[in-house]
Amino acid sequence: MMSIASPLLAAAAMLLTGVILFSALGKSPAAAFHVFFVEPVASLYGVGELLLKATPLMLCALGLAVGFRANVWNIGAEGQFITGALAGGAVALFAGGLGIVTLPLMLLAGVVGGMTWAAIAAFLRTRFHTSEILVTLMLVYIAQLLLSYFVHGPWRDPAGFNFPQSEAFEDHELLPLLIDGARVNVALLLALALAAVSWFFVSRTFAGYRMRVAGQAPAAAAYAGYSDKINVWLALLISGGMAGLAGICEVAGPVGLLSPGISPGYGFAAIIVAFVGRLHPAGVVLASLLMSALYLGGEAAQIELQLPAPVTSLFQGVLLFYLLAADLFITFRLRRVASAPVEPATAPTTVQVSTSQ
Amino acid sequence: MRRGELPWLRASTWEHPVTPAKVASLAPRLALHGISKRYPTVVANDRIDLTVAPGEIHALLGENGAGKSTLMKIVYGVTRPDAGRIEWEGRAVDIRSPADARRLGIGMVFQHFSLFETLTVAENIALALDGRTSPAALATRIRDVSENYGLPVDPQRLVHSMSVGERQRVEIVRCLLQSPRLLIMDEPTSVLTPQAVQTLFETLRRLAAERVSILYISHKLDEVRALCDSATVLRGGRVAGTAVPREETNESLARLMVGSELRECRRTPQPVGDVRLQLRDLTLRSVDPFGASLNEISLDVHAGEIVGIAGVSGNGQRELLAAISGETRAPHAAIRICGRHAGSLDPAQRRALGMSFVPEERLGRGAVPDMSLADNALLTAYHAGLVRHGLVQSEAIETFARDTIRQFAVKCGSERSLARTLSGGNLQKYIVGRETRLDPKVMVVAQPTWGVDIGAAQLIRQALIDLRNRGAAVLVVSEELDELYSICDRLAVISRGRLSPARATAELPVSTVGVWMTGEFSSASVTHE
Repeated sequence: MMSIASPLLAAAAMLLTGVILFSALGKSPAAAFHVFFVEPVASLYGVGELLLKATPLMLCALGLAVGFRANVWNIGAEGQFITGALAGGAVALFAGGLGIVTLPLMLLAGVVGGMTWAAIAAFLRTRFHTSEILVTLMLVYIAQLLLSYFVHGPWRDPAGFNFPQSEAFEDHELLPLLIDGARVNVALLLALALAAVSWFFVSRTFAGYRMRVAGQAPAAAAYAGYSDKINVWLALLISGGMAGLAGICEVAGPVGLLSPGISPGYGFAAIIVAFVGRLHPAGVVLASLLMSALYLGGEAAQIELQLPAPVTSLFQGVLLFYLLAADLFITFRLRRVASAPVEPATAPTTVQVSTSQ
Repeated sequence: MRRGELPWLRASTWEHPVTPAKVASLAPRLALHGISKRYPTVVANDRIDLTVAPGEIHALLGENGAGKSTLMKIVYGVTRPDAGRIEWEGRAVDIRSPADARRLGIGMVFQHFSLFETLTVAENIALALDGRTSPAALATRIRDVSENYGLPVDPQRLVHSMSVGERQRVEIVRCLLQSPRLLIMDEPTSVLTPQAVQTLFETLRRLAAERVSILYISHKLDEVRALCDSATVLRGGRVAGTAVPREETNESLARLMVGSELRECRRTPQPVGDVRLQLRDLTLRSVDPFGASLNEISLDVHAGEIVGIAGVSGNGQRELLAAISGETRAPHAAIRICGRHAGSLDPAQRRALGMSFVPEERLGRGAVPDMSLADNALLTAYHAGLVRHGLVQSEAIETFARDTIRQFAVKCGSERSLARTLSGGNLQKYIVGRETRLDPKVMVVAQPTWGVDIGAAQLIRQALIDLRNRGAAVLVVSEELDELYSICDRLAVISRGRLSPARATAELPVSTVGVWMTGEFSSASVTHE
């Protein structure tokens, strides 16, 4: 029960902080909240945007949650997102003439691209015992530079007025929209289906069970003979593949081409989504909607309230901060330690005295 | 001057009529009146009365689940009672936390240790002393106390490298450093050698002579009879009776605890079959600087026999067991399971050859604490039809768990109870049950009955004997000699990473085992029969 309470507490505390923040900036909190949370979803288009932005977050966070449960800490989903977009984008740019199979091929390439990036961390961890936390994080920066190199160099659109971006994808290389009047596309359905698959994998398959054991009690996993290597590889391939899929869905969706700005930090925000969603697929779906609302609200606040862009990251950070704090205070109690002397002065006999003879 | 020498402090004196001025000091150290504690599914304590006089060693006896641990948690301030009164030295007190308890002068040595594995002994103890003394300053005091009481402990050692027995020493030393006036000991001798138990008893008697009261929880009736002045027996959450242990027999005490007669476990001689588990010159250098290296260990365990390995904890048992289970890999030819070389196989592959394994640590290794008993059945029983096409078969798992619970009389809510909610003995019954029901050809068991009450211990030992009678090869590593003598056909001793030859238990005097424990078995002829 408490595991559900803490994200709710965190969200409430985040809103309260928002009130204080908006007041301090001289905005009316009520008006600011309207701009931040209500206006963006007041239209069909707005709801579509909410779902559109929730999709990559959901995809990334679902994969991460599986890994986190297995005690494998992939925090480089952002990098795998980019390599997924690059690999899938390459298919669109260089194999676009394949007609109807192009799009599935792009998605597949996206998954493989994300997995490949995560596989580097898996190899280094299983072969050399390096920390996957550091390796996946550092690979993010390499992926960003790689993307930058391609769109500035070999893949730059010759007719693009020297902007660092690729040629725009053809129509048949883009994901179909779900409804007219909104930009949300079929990737949302894919993400929801994968949420169900991920639930099934974790709770119904033996492989998922082994990963849970490895996460909860590594010594029990070793005792039962579950391979630690397989656990690490599976966790990283799943989370990397999902992040790569999110990447290709983003460029084959709303973005429509490769450019340095394809991700506003979805891969990192997904870490927060995974935790706010309690590493459970259903929770992740809800948490990705919340996080998406923060993105939309942040944009609206920039435009209408002239607030600076980092307001979005600020809300994200505050949310994670409160979540961790709530978890901490649910599990532990803060207590002042009385500054009493160590030895009770009234002890009748000390051990030393008794043994002196 | 030693206070123990003051005439008015002698144990016999305080029963005499006294002047009112001294009444306060003569009130019982601890008196519990009508303590009750209810949990949603069970009444753990039902109107319990208990009185401990200053300098008294008071035994608290009872089966697992009888309410001993709950009662001790109440005294130590971990849980609050629903009803009842606690008096400390004549005045009513409200013990709200372990810190309160420590302030009053209550120290406790837990059955499940509460040590931080990544810290050193000194750091752990500094933390327990509310963190006001530097570990460096404590080190000398730790050394003094541990040497004086025959509990050797190196303050600089990291706890994770220590065996269960060694960790227990740390817990005891930690309590003694706080100069307690009431010391609660939860099964303190379960992992000590016979000699170490004697040393501990001397320590406890000396403490008692210094007017420290001791509440001694144990299942070992011999020990209780040798050590304790009085006993309170709990059964099903109530006081079943009180006794003066010296005037009772093991049987009469056991009857009081269990409420009925105990079955003795029976083992009749039988011919042995082929070699199922074979160790040949197994040598392994320990990666852990504080671990023991294994040195040319050879042993044969045949179908239809139980072979025991005795020894003081920390002499290589942990390393040997890990090498046999596959958690550490060994040279391929050094281990054979059912005739197949198995040294470099992983634990799952060894299980596939027909080996089952019950580890020393139950929570976190033998079972996943936050998973249900049903889910924990799947941990190693995955070949028993619980997984089909990679999918977990919930119904088969629940049936397997329910059958295990019934067959091994595991006391728990249901198969959905989390493993960590079970008492140590009940979880052990469940783990032994799970491994036994896999019908192993080779069964390796570490500390089968450590911290387990007599009823459960009897059941576990009988299960191992039944397994042997059905033709399995059973290897038991234990630090309890009585147990090894009662169930083993042959016995070997491990000392400093070397293994003595195995001898028929009936022809092996305890005194020889004692000598072997010190590493002196070079004179014994080394033969592999």
